[in-house]
Amino acid sequence: MRRTLLLSALFASVATVSSAQADKLLEELDDKSDKKEAVTNTFKATRIINSSTVENLAAGVLDFRILHRFGRVSDGVDNFFGFDNATTRIGLDYGVTKWLMVGLGHSTLYKSNDAFLKAKLLAQKTNGTPVTVSYFTGMSIVGDKAPVLPPGMEYYFTHRLAYSHQLLIARKFNSNLSLQLMPTLVHQNLVDSSAWSNNTFALGVGGRMKVSKRMAITAEYYYRVNNADMLNFGAKTYNSLSVGCDIETGGHVFQLFFTNSVGMNERTIVNQTTDTWEKGHLHFGFNISRVFTVVKPKEFQKGNSNW
Amino acid sequence: MKKFILTAAILAAGSTALFAQKYMTRTARITFDATSKGSPEDIAAVNNEVASILDSKTGDVVFQVPVKSFKFEKALMQDHFNENYMESDKFPKSDFKGKVGNLDALNFAKDGSYPTTVAGKLTIHGVSNDVNVPGTIVVKGTSVTLKAKFAVKLADYKISVPNMVADKLGKEALISLEGVLNQK
Repeated sequence: MRRTLLLSALFASVATVSSAQADKLLEELDDKSDKKEAVTNTFKATRIINSSTVENLAAGVLDFRILHRFGRVSDGVDNFFGFDNATTRIGLDYGVTKWLMVGLGHSTLYKSNDAFLKAKLLAQKTNGTPVTVSYFTGMSIVGDKAPVLPPGMEYYFTHRLAYSHQLLIARKFNSNLSLQLMPTLVHQNLVDSSAWSNNTFALGVGGRMKVSKRMAITAEYYYRVNNADMLNFGAKTYNSLSVGCDIETGGHVFQLFFTNSVGMNERTIVNQTTDTWEKGHLHFGFNISRVFTVVKPKEFQKGNSNW
Repeated sequence: MKKFILTAAILAAGSTALFAQKYMTRTARITFDATSKGSPEDIAAVNNEVASILDSKTGDVVFQVPVKSFKFEKALMQDHFNENYMESDKFPKSDFKGKVGNLDALNFAKDGSYPTTVAGKLTIHGVSNDVNVPGTIVVKGTSVTLKAKFAVKLADYKISVPNMVADKLGKEALISLEGVLNQK
């Protein structure tokens, strides 16, 4: 009797083992260490619309960007709704490491040249760090001829310079929704008059909401904490607001939008936006980008035996 | 009688230890190539973080593939792979559960190369399909090397290819796998 019991017990255990065996083996493979995974693709591109996102180019990737803002839509048919006059920025961005990227650009507005650097400080993790944080700093040099200055005042080279600092704090709430806060400081060496500070503090907010796998609605807004009544070459300035969409084609992200800013660096966006949505002074614009892999990832470098 | 039970128990325990031989790795490699014929760029990637266990007693073999660990030559392609095609946030892992077909013909105690077929369930992008994969098991000392090459149809795993990339991305991905599993 005992023998039968023992045998049947053995058989039973063997049978159970074999049926659940594969599942058990898979379970064994599950990484039990409490590894926190970095959240990826908070945004589809390195820009929301005008603002930088926390996304960096991968190391060794060069991005050729053309940013284009047409004239005022409200100009009507005379200027073909703004198509007849436009401002452009052409630029090159480069991913130095996976956490550092740099860029150079030239804008037609005020003939300015700009350079920036963006470094990732913190990465959002599943069940860990709640946000991704990047630091952005840039400078721009106005290339236009000297403006009309009060008598006796000279236009020095330093008057052409402006600096900007931003903290980009972003969170991907789910696969569709990402939001970004952007506390910003713009230091402009020369402003219209001493009535305004050379330092403008602004709080930017932006985000994207995916509506399909390949399309997302984007928006961004800068609220100026001071200098909100600032004049720019005598013209009233407004807070910058842009609304648009990201369309992903096979090779790149195509960004289309409406904005009241025609400048494409932080100085012009925060301090020098002289058009307003209220009067319909909108500009249609687009960003296109083409990326080139300059330095291949190590898995694909020559002499690697993967292929 | 008691003595017999004891002997049987010891034997059973002993044989379990002797035959429940598992081989394992976390660094197996999978490469795939889904390039369409005549495409100007290669749609190909490599993953060196594939985990696998082979049980030489039962013939069970499993693979687990962290999808985000596939590396592409072009970073943008890697983004699209995860975001648009594999939806890696939703389906972070692909896996395979199978059984070696000709276990009797394999001798894990003797070095050699054994052709085999593994039948099982392959799960990619949250979709499972029964597959038969021909491959080779190479026994060398206390390690076994698993090698296999097979093709999967993207449509079988509900991975849709939009028309605008159909000239680059093919309808099938050629997968090759190689892993050196060591005795646990």
